[in-house]
Amino acid sequence: MTGALALAAEVRAGKRRAREVVEEALAAVAEGDGDLNAFLTVLGDEARAQADAVDAAVAAGRDPGPLAGVPVALKDNLCTRGAPTTCGSKILDGWRPPYDATVVQSLRAAGAISLGKTNMDEFAMGSSTENSAFGPTRNPRHTDKVPGGSSGGSAAAVAAGFAPLGLGSDTGGSIRQPAALCGVVGMKPTYGRISRYGLVAFASSLDQIGPFAATVEDAALLYDVLAGHDPLDSTSLPSIPEPTLASVHEGVEGIRVGLCRDLVDGCAPDVAARVHGAADALTGAGAKVEEISVPEFAYGLSAYYLIAPAEASSNLARYDGVRYGLRVDGEDSEAMNTATRTAGFGAEVKRRVMLGTYALSAGYYDAYYAQAQRVRTLVMRAFDRAYESVDVLLGATAPTTAFDLGAKVDNPMAMYMNDVCTIPSNLSGHPAASVPFGTGDDGLPVGVQVLAPALGEAILFRVAQVVEDRAPQRSGS
Amino acid sequence: MSTEWEMVIGLEVHCELATVTKLFCGCRNSFGDEPNVNICSVCLGLPGSLPILNEQAVELAMRIGAALHCDIRPSEFARKNYFYPDQAKDYQISQYDRPLNVGGWLELPDGFRVGVTRAHMEEDTGKLTHVGGSGRINAALHALVDYNRSGVPLVEIVSEPDIRSVAHARAYAAELRGILVATGASDGRMEEGSMRVDANVSVRPAGSDVFGTRCEIKNLNSLRSLVRAIEYEAARQIAILESDGVVRQETRHWDESAGRTESMRSKEEANDYRYFPEPDLVPLDPDAEWQARVQSGLGAMPSERRAELATALGGAPSVAETDQIRAVVDLGLDALVSAAAEAGAPPALALARAANEVAAQGDVGLRLDASSFAGLLAMESDGRLSATQSKTVLGALIERGGGDPVAVAKEMGFEALGADTLSAVLDEVIASHPEEWARFIGGDDKLMAMFTGEVMKATSGKANGKEVAAELRRRRG
Repeated sequence: MTGALALAAEVRAGKRRAREVVEEALAAVAEGDGDLNAFLTVLGDEARAQADAVDAAVAAGRDPGPLAGVPVALKDNLCTRGAPTTCGSKILDGWRPPYDATVVQSLRAAGAISLGKTNMDEFAMGSSTENSAFGPTRNPRHTDKVPGGSSGGSAAAVAAGFAPLGLGSDTGGSIRQPAALCGVVGMKPTYGRISRYGLVAFASSLDQIGPFAATVEDAALLYDVLAGHDPLDSTSLPSIPEPTLASVHEGVEGIRVGLCRDLVDGCAPDVAARVHGAADALTGAGAKVEEISVPEFAYGLSAYYLIAPAEASSNLARYDGVRYGLRVDGEDSEAMNTATRTAGFGAEVKRRVMLGTYALSAGYYDAYYAQAQRVRTLVMRAFDRAYESVDVLLGATAPTTAFDLGAKVDNPMAMYMNDVCTIPSNLSGHPAASVPFGTGDDGLPVGVQVLAPALGEAILFRVAQVVEDRAPQRSGS
Repeated sequence: MSTEWEMVIGLEVHCELATVTKLFCGCRNSFGDEPNVNICSVCLGLPGSLPILNEQAVELAMRIGAALHCDIRPSEFARKNYFYPDQAKDYQISQYDRPLNVGGWLELPDGFRVGVTRAHMEEDTGKLTHVGGSGRINAALHALVDYNRSGVPLVEIVSEPDIRSVAHARAYAAELRGILVATGASDGRMEEGSMRVDANVSVRPAGSDVFGTRCEIKNLNSLRSLVRAIEYEAARQIAILESDGVVRQETRHWDESAGRTESMRSKEEANDYRYFPEPDLVPLDPDAEWQARVQSGLGAMPSERRAELATALGGAPSVAETDQIRAVVDLGLDALVSAAAEAGAPPALALARAANEVAAQGDVGLRLDASSFAGLLAMESDGRLSATQSKTVLGALIERGGGDPVAVAKEMGFEALGADTLSAVLDEVIASHPEEWARFIGGDDKLMAMFTGEVMKATSGKANGKEVAAELRRRRG
């Protein structure tokens, strides 16, 4: 499939009609998604109407925007006006938001086509997309394997070639880990760089929307379209974002790269070997690579699994059956709340809501939530110290390649360990990306993670581009 | 000898701010509209929506803090988590351990000072109406929710437990109401719920320095309810203690029609609100310049205005005048009185008319133009109009918002009777009551009233009572 950059150029130049691009994409989904289950909703009519609008703009001599005619797969926790937005949960089955998320509006303004809503772990809680109430998504590289999660549907949609671009959300690695497992590029920007307005919240202080693409260039293109201040999000950064696409090919000559032992050592040997290979590739391209250690990262997972559930327990309280979504009747309103939430939420969501409720309870707050916040500060300071001596950090994205469907569903701790390398960037609010770099011993994709300081998106994409340029050819799956 | 008991009272006052829009969204903040017309994704708590803090609400909250001599501090919003159908998000955005205004005081008209612990910002909930059955909470068939009130800005003003009498509790609520109105922060209408009072009440043996167990009384919708509820509750607690019982710490509901408080929930049943910092908002830290602007823009508070008016009246108001001064300041009519006095009207007369006749007209009284008012009072004091006529003309002037009192009096037929006319009317009255006239001449002063009344009747009330009396005395010789 043609990349987003080339596709948009063809559509803008009138060489290809957006409608034709969309029909091809819809046909590919119809043919191939039965097995994969990447999409929960395909927005056929809406996509065709948007494509026609783009074509009309081109015909009238107007510029339809930098993503003209490019299909985008949207994670199903991004609100789309009038179209189902389920978050992979029965509790929101049938709910249609009365508004578009800011990113959905930005995409439309840039000429992109919202192709459909993709599968995800329920409320973004999970690392395999098996926690969806609507069945798991399969990994397009090997259909017995998970695609990772929670944004597994969007990662799979891009990996399967259904759409050149996808959007996900990353609270603890939910963009980067599925990108690694599906062999695509996935990036989490600096917290506050892309508006969260219309992103159904999991853990508000950690959630960040970001791009999936087949290439670093395309990810940068999509990031540039979405980055910017939004007055509807109080945590949105007011500064004007630095464009990244323009500098993506500037190379890494003289850039200091910290190969972070703490993001490599605990990983499977084949994954660790690929990370070292990427470090060598960067050295070969002129970067100054040194090994460093940030031992505080070891505490990240524990802090994350208190902060994220605590915020989630509050964010998910509103699904009470009173106003929208599922309602299961009861004797009184309290019984109705309980019956609705019991029937509407899956096991993992219940587990985290209970964990978070406990962590915030009187008498436990200081020992759990407050302590976790102190650890979060510790991790941030550790990053600051590391960035005194290096410009970016390098590590693995996930400890292993894609695992078998069902392998970890009964072992939450094993599932949580998938996020050990990605969580530190969520705690610090820093940008990070996963770039495919060869395969593991099983022939499945390995993702290498590049981490940068706050607002370091431009240098992040430059380093990622070199990793991509020098990646070994895939041995196939 | 029986124990002397002392009440210990602290008041928590919720005040709805008179902003144009709600605290976190652009919906109108308006009382009495059709249900569910002033709503949006944010105040309905729809998934994906985010709050944006209203600057005008912060300004008004700071005015309240400044008027209560509080320190304005760097503050933060928190989530107060509890399930209730009128709570759109099942958490309330409030301020918890870092409130905006801290540590002030309020001085009552008699000079007693009540400490103000804090005055913090929070959002209001929706309004529940129970329908069917008896309509009471526990027996209703279903409930309707009006979200117009959801997200309306509130400031909660918490007093220290400094109050020792019902009279002071009432005076505190009344004085606070006056301050809220004077700052422009609120219309202070208790009957519309703009100002709601909860009372913390305990009793202890007089002279003790240990607090007794307190109960919090809710649903006090008027100053009368406040007084009755505290009296009832203190008596209830005293009765328990005098029969060697133990007061349970609990929240109690004031039943206005039954005239008693009833238990709502005990301390053990109280919610654990699981407060934590609201991650969707940034900290609120008004800079020194903004604080100074608020401080300097604050008009005169009721206590200063009462003092000013007392000075204008010669500095030593009678008890009746003190009450009148308090009434006109509470109603915002003090400017009218001062202006009328300045324009030459007798100050005591202006005060009396404002405190009675103008006040009786409610809000329309505020529209009365001061020069019309002064002109009318001058006519009355120099005898051109009787008191009755003056009051009638005043009613017409209020209705019209002002006007020329001379023209209005003429229009109503209230022209002062010429001396010739009065003399002719008197001749007739005397001629038709010869016996009474003889007795009057003979010294029966009681007949003065009869003759005056007859003259009034004959002139349809146009005669000036004082002039009639003077003429009668002159003729008696």
